[in-house]
Amino acid sequence: MKSLTHNSNDHLPKTGQYWRVVKTIVWKDLNIEIRQKTLVSALLIFSFMVTLIFTFALELDKSTRENVAIGVLWVTFVFSSTLGLNQTFAYEKDRGSLEGMLLSPIDYTAIFIGKFISTYIFVVIVEIIVIPMFYILYGIPLFSPVFLLIVLLGSFGYTLVGTLLATIAMRTRAREIMLPILLFPVSMPIVIAAVQCSNAIISGANWGQFSSAFNIVVVYDIIFLGVAIMTFDYLIQE
Amino acid sequence: MINIKSVSKSFDMKPVLRDITLDIAPGEFTALVGPNGSGKTTLLRIIATLLRPNTGQVTVAGLNLDTRAHAVRQLLGVVAHQTLLYDNLTAHENLLFYARLYNISDYAERISMVLNKVDLTDWKDTLVRTFSHGMQQRLSIARAILHKPRVILFDEPHTGLDQKASIRLDEILQSTAASGNTVLMITHDLKHALSLSDKVAVLHKGQIAYHGRTTDLSIDAFANQYHEIINA
Repeated sequence: MKSLTHNSNDHLPKTGQYWRVVKTIVWKDLNIEIRQKTLVSALLIFSFMVTLIFTFALELDKSTRENVAIGVLWVTFVFSSTLGLNQTFAYEKDRGSLEGMLLSPIDYTAIFIGKFISTYIFVVIVEIIVIPMFYILYGIPLFSPVFLLIVLLGSFGYTLVGTLLATIAMRTRAREIMLPILLFPVSMPIVIAAVQCSNAIISGANWGQFSSAFNIVVVYDIIFLGVAIMTFDYLIQE
Repeated sequence: MINIKSVSKSFDMKPVLRDITLDIAPGEFTALVGPNGSGKTTLLRIIATLLRPNTGQVTVAGLNLDTRAHAVRQLLGVVAHQTLLYDNLTAHENLLFYARLYNISDYAERISMVLNKVDLTDWKDTLVRTFSHGMQQRLSIARAILHKPRVILFDEPHTGLDQKASIRLDEILQSTAASGNTVLMITHDLKHALSLSDKVAVLHKGQIAYHGRTTDLSIDAFANQYHEIINA
């Protein structure tokens, strides 16, 4: 019985070349986004809309609004990230350029890491703009370093799993629908833990009260980084 | 250079390639012709390491694709149906991207050389999305030969080109072959197949139905033979 993929251990590129390839893919994605300005602007508009819809639809008093604000913030992050993740490989697949990378003598996990980093950069740019907007609309101080750290770690895990699942979704006919269907159940633990953690930090809880939720976020990030690196080679090849 | 031995491939239980055996010698230009759905692109994608056969074995320069895929990719240049280029990057940026993936140390020199070879030096800082199909196809060839591959695979390179662009492409294909590269070109155009290549193979219903030297053939004789094969 033949193995599932070509053996990718022969003549593997050295570490220096590996990171050069990662950097090249990120450079390419950033350059393209700077030129076409579609992804980040679409994510921003979407985030604004979601935030405003929640703000006016809920019509809450000040204290209730403070209680739901973190949930609304994470819903905004999750929905807008999903929108961006749908484009991660779709752009490459539609133009055939993914094959250009697959034909190159590179370690395929470098493609994953490169695509993940560029998507994560786009997601973080959106978050940097959305957080001050939330502060203005909801009046909640969101600038604590621990809170910002949990936003970064939570988005890291969500984007990581999303990038991996986007690899599967891009080969399906209904990829725009397929990605959220695959992603939401798998990312549930990190989203719930990140919301719990964020709520505790904003309400002034001490470390002991949110350390377990924080640990779940960190462990989730580490586990899925490993899973992604181990499985991407199999997922990307036909 | 390319040795294909008893290769079979099926998709969803439907056989596309059946027990293909084909040898292409170093420096040889082989054209692979056949009707739509005969398995030409599947065979090219297997050689290009993008697909795996269900049975059989392929070696390129003695390297088995099962175990030495990375090394084989370094030897291959592929011009596919799609250009594999990024519309929103310039010609130079596209080539720079691939030069970095292939770890080409003298990339500035190589990029300028291949741009010159495909007559796109004056367009190097222009976004690819503004290029005509012919220019994109030429840039795609520049991308494929950037890392000095020993084997070049072309999948219907003349598709969608006007006559002038097609003639220019023929010149590039001939000069690529004259540099000593082994070339496998898929085409529907029997005239191009005979005029450019040293050998021609006909793939029909997933099997090699004919494989011979082009010097022994006139276009009319070959066209008759081809139609006999595909109508059999």
